[in-house]
Parts: sequence; C-alpha cells; structure tokens
Amino acid sequence: MNPPSGSASRQKKLFRWGISLLSLLVLTVVAFVLGMSAGELDISVWDVPRILAEKEGVEYVVLTRIRLPRIILAIAAGGGLSLSGAVLQGIYRNPLVEPFTLGISGGAALGVALAIVFTLPAVLGAFALPLAGFSGALLAIVFVYVLGARFGQVNVNNMLLIGVMVSFVSSSVMMLMMSLATAQNLHSIIFWMMGSLDEPNSMLIRLTLIVSVSSLVVASFFSRALNALRLGEANAWHLGINTGLTIRVMFLLASLVAGVCVASTGVIGFVGLVIPHLVRVLAGSDYRILLPASFLGGGIFLIICDAIARTIIAPNELPIGVITGIAGGIMFIVFLSRSRSTLKVN
Amino acid sequence: MSGLLTVHNFSCGYGDKFVLRDVNLQARHGEISGIIGPNGSGKTTLFRGITGELPARSGEVLLNGRDISQMPYNARARSMAVVAQHVYATDVTVEEYVLMGRLPHRKQFQLFETKEDYEIAHHYMQLTNVYDLRDKLMSKISGGEQQLANIARALTQQPELLLLDEPTSHLDITHQVQILNLIQKLNEEMKLSVLMIIHDLNLAGEYCDYLVMLKDGQPFKQGLPDEVLNYQVIEEGYKTVVVVQPNPVSHKPAVFLVSDKILKQKNKENRQEKSPDQSGKNL
Repeated sequence: MNPPSGSASRQKKLFRWGISLLSLLVLTVVAFVLGMSAGELDISVWDVPRILAEKEGVEYVVLTRIRLPRIILAIAAGGGLSLSGAVLQGIYRNPLVEPFTLGISGGAALGVALAIVFTLPAVLGAFALPLAGFSGALLAIVFVYVLGARFGQVNVNNMLLIGVMVSFVSSSVMMLMMSLATAQNLHSIIFWMMGSLDEPNSMLIRLTLIVSVSSLVVASFFSRALNALRLGEANAWHLGINTGLTIRVMFLLASLVAGVCVASTGVIGFVGLVIPHLVRVLAGSDYRILLPASFLGGGIFLIICDAIARTIIAPNELPIGVITGIAGGIMFIVFLSRSRSTLKVN
Repeated sequence: MSGLLTVHNFSCGYGDKFVLRDVNLQARHGEISGIIGPNGSGKTTLFRGITGELPARSGEVLLNGRDISQMPYNARARSMAVVAQHVYATDVTVEEYVLMGRLPHRKQFQLFETKEDYEIAHHYMQLTNVYDLRDKLMSKISGGEQQLANIARALTQQPELLLLDEPTSHLDITHQVQILNLIQKLNEEMKLSVLMIIHDLNLAGEYCDYLVMLKDGQPFKQGLPDEVLNYQVIEEGYKTVVVVQPNPVSHKPAVFLVSDKILKQKNKENRQEKSPDQSGKNL
C-alpha cells in the first residue's frame, strides 16, 4: 500500500485548476484583441496595442468609445449569464435549466413590452427600458421564489415547474401586448428581444460589470456548499450544509445577475445553458473551478459572437442573439456527439 | 456507560401525519445499536429525525446532552456522520468524494482543503480499502465499493457517532459481512459509537450490542439482542411465524423463517399426535 501522499494529490488538483484558469485568461485576452480589431473600420489585430498606447486619432476613439464598451459588456453579460446558468443547473440538479427557463427573460421581455406600449421611455429617458426589463425579471423571480419556497421548505422541483409556468404566462401576455401594439412599438419590442451589446449608457455597462463580478465572488464562497449539493440535498445536510439557505441565496443571486444582464443587453439566450456544460466537460464539475471558468468562458463566447455579428454582414449588424443561438447550438451538438459524454450536473 | 444519543419524547412526521409519537430511546457510548422493525414501522422517519432532516414536532434529540436542532450545522456534522442508504453516484472521484467529509471542519470562507484534510481522508480511505480506487469515479465503482467510500467519507468527518441507514441492503453476503466487520472493527479500535437501521434480523443479532424494535411508530421492544430477538417478540412485531435458535458458533440469536406449506403440515402432524407442547418453535 502506498503511503498517504496528501500534498501530491492536492498540488495536482490546484495545478490543474491553475492551468485551466490561466488558459481561459489567455483566451480572454485573445478574444479581446480580436473583438477590438473586428468591425466596420478595418484595424489589424497587431495594430490594436499600438493604437491603444498612442492614445490619439480616429482609430483610438473607435476602439475606446465604440468597441471597448461592447467588449466590457460582453464580458459582464456573458460571464454573468454563464455563471447564473452554472449555479442554477447545480441547485436544480437539472442540465436543462438556464436563467431563461425560469421566466427571467419572459418577465423582463414583458416588462419592456409594457414600457414600450405605455411609452415609458418618453417619460424616463435612457434608463426606462433597462429599468422596465429589470422590474419584469424581478417580478418573475419573486413570483417563482415565493411560490416555490413557501412554508419554509424549499422544493426545487416546484420552483422549477413554477418558473417554467411563469415563463409561459409572461411570454403569452407579451404576445398579447405585441398583437395590440403599433408597428413602430412592435419594432422596438422585437429589436430589444433579439438582444444587443450596443449600449450607449456607460453607467449601465459599469453596473452590469460590477453586479456580475461581485456575483462571481459571492457564489465562489458557496462553491463548496454547491459541491456538497451534488450529492443530493439530504447528504449535503448531513455534511453540515445549510441546504435551504444555500439554495435560496444561490437562486436569488443567479436570477438577479441574469435579470441585470437581460435588462442591459436584451435577451441573449443560450450562453447560460451551453457554456457551463462545455466547461464541465473541459475543466470538471467542481464548483470551485466551474464558476470562474464558466464566467470567463461566457465572456469569451460573447465577445466572439459579437465580433461575428458586427462583421458578417457589415456594414449592417446581426442581432447577437441570432449568433449565440446558431453558433452555440451547433457547437454544442457537435461537441456532445463527438465527446460521447452525456449531460451531467451532479 | 452513558447515553451518547438520547431521543426524548420525540414525535415527528410528514405534513399533518405523525409517523412517530413520543419515542424514547438511547444509543450508548461505544456500542453498536441497531434499529429493526417491519416496513412502515417508522425506522426511516426516526433516522431522518435523528439526523435533523425532519424537524421534531415535540420532544428532542440530544447528542451528548445537546439538542441537535440547536447545534450549529457544522458542529452537528462533526459529532455525527451519516451514511445514507442512497449514494448518489456522481462524476466525482472517490478521493474528492471522501474529502467532502472535511466540509464540516472547514473554516468560514475556506475554499481549498488543507494538506491535513488530504492526509485524514487518505488515512480513512486506506482503512476502508478504497485508497487504490481514489482516481475512479464514484459512478464507475461497484455498489459495495460505493458503500465503503461512503463510510470512508463519514469517518473523514471524524465523528463520535456513526449513523447508517441499512448499510448492507442491495449487497451480496460477501459485502454485507465486509461492511459489518469493518463497522465492528471501527467500533472496537476507534471506540466509535454506531447506530444503524438494519433490516436483516440475523445480522442485527450477530453484530449489534443493543436493539430497538419499532412497530407502528413506537419502540415495541428494546434491549439486548437475546431479549429482542425472541420468537414471541418477533412474531408479534412482524406478524410472522419464526423459529429462533442460537447460532452454533457465535451463540447469538439466529432467526429462521418457515414456509406456509411446511407450517400447515406441521400443524396437521401436531394435531394428529395431539401432543400439546410441540409447537415447532421451541427455542
């Protein structure tokens, strides 16, 4: 029998995680440079660092005023949505859950549709749509939480079903709004729903970044509790985990970050579903690596999708939701059929 | 010998239904105690009450005199480890699975296991013979090995009391005996106190120092195996005809079942012989 070699196994694990994070960080930098160079105005990848260092000229303005905010929003929203998906799949122990299965996008879209139909933007200005979207998402979250977690006992299956129902009801009501809306309002609603990283308000971008990064930090402190939940709620309880508290806090955190992301970018589907699964296969299911890796992975994915959306039919721009859906979906199907791995969350 | 775990006037249940009413029992320091009883007698409910999963409607569960519902979660898991019946076979390696036993010992905000955590986990993995499986996934090892890994994880919590829910169900006799011998060894060498639900009356008689038979949510009989595994007690508790004979080697009570056909034949023979003291279940 081998002597116990505690430090060797421990170092191996930490080393593997370190490598994973480092490669994702490198990929983020690569995606950042690619995203900076892509667009209507032709800027070569190699010129990006020089232009940023010189701090002058038209190209500098394009890079810092137009492209940089989009990339920051891509990291914030992609990271936030992906983190949210990873956390939700964990607490529901269900591979198909993503922020939008739980009615968050439905609620947000309904909020925005109502705001547009009742001409709220005219009253409140630039913050109107994000605010309406967030209120709608918040309402859906509160609804799911209160109904799903009543009587002091958290029943994740109930919460999931109620979330799906909230999603259906709100999208039906939204269709009702759309069928009653004027052609111009209808266009605004559809445009918002397709999602876009083109956000003129830098306050909103900063807010989204702060919310999603701090969610990552908070969720990381729960990562060992999330690991224990992989063994089932009863076993986590036996290990001294406050399962009810963990599930509630993680649900609220995941839905709030998704709500903020949706409010600032519109509906960008698929990130929250696909990225955590890819990361699980590549980096493992331990939440201590899964959460930061999903965050970075989501950011990289969205930067690249946005670069494609901006260039593929330039000078026009495709809605980013189209790219994430098509690219993400195909990538995922190919990946699943090749790797012979099954969707696993626990 | 003092009471390590005391269940005092304990009632609990699901929804509006009470499954257990005013249960009183004790598991003593350094002993292996077994809970037996027919299906639906409340064994699992009692188990979930003791682990704190099901809140008490009245009464309390005391561990070393402390009410477990008032204990901090981590403190509870440090003094009481649970081996549940269902092992969620997940894509965690055996090593990572066993390491989860260090969770109740972690400091607040401590993200990574310490070197000591690994050493403790490896120690118990060797004790339970799963050290060589450490890089295998839990879902890729056999049921018996999963149960051993489960026990290793529980031991890694370094508890005073080990609670097991039917540790030998679904296992063949090789693994049944392997698991129970291990539990007995831990009890003797580490002075670990054990409380387990155990379905098999013969194994209960062979391995337990103290038995509690539940019936309709109440302890129907508790005491030494010889007192509880008595044919009259079993026949009333389980509504089944049994024969109890001492095991020829261990002299612990062993329970035999008799088929209906044979029973009828025996009854007929008895009636023909008309001898009143031949009941077919002499001890």
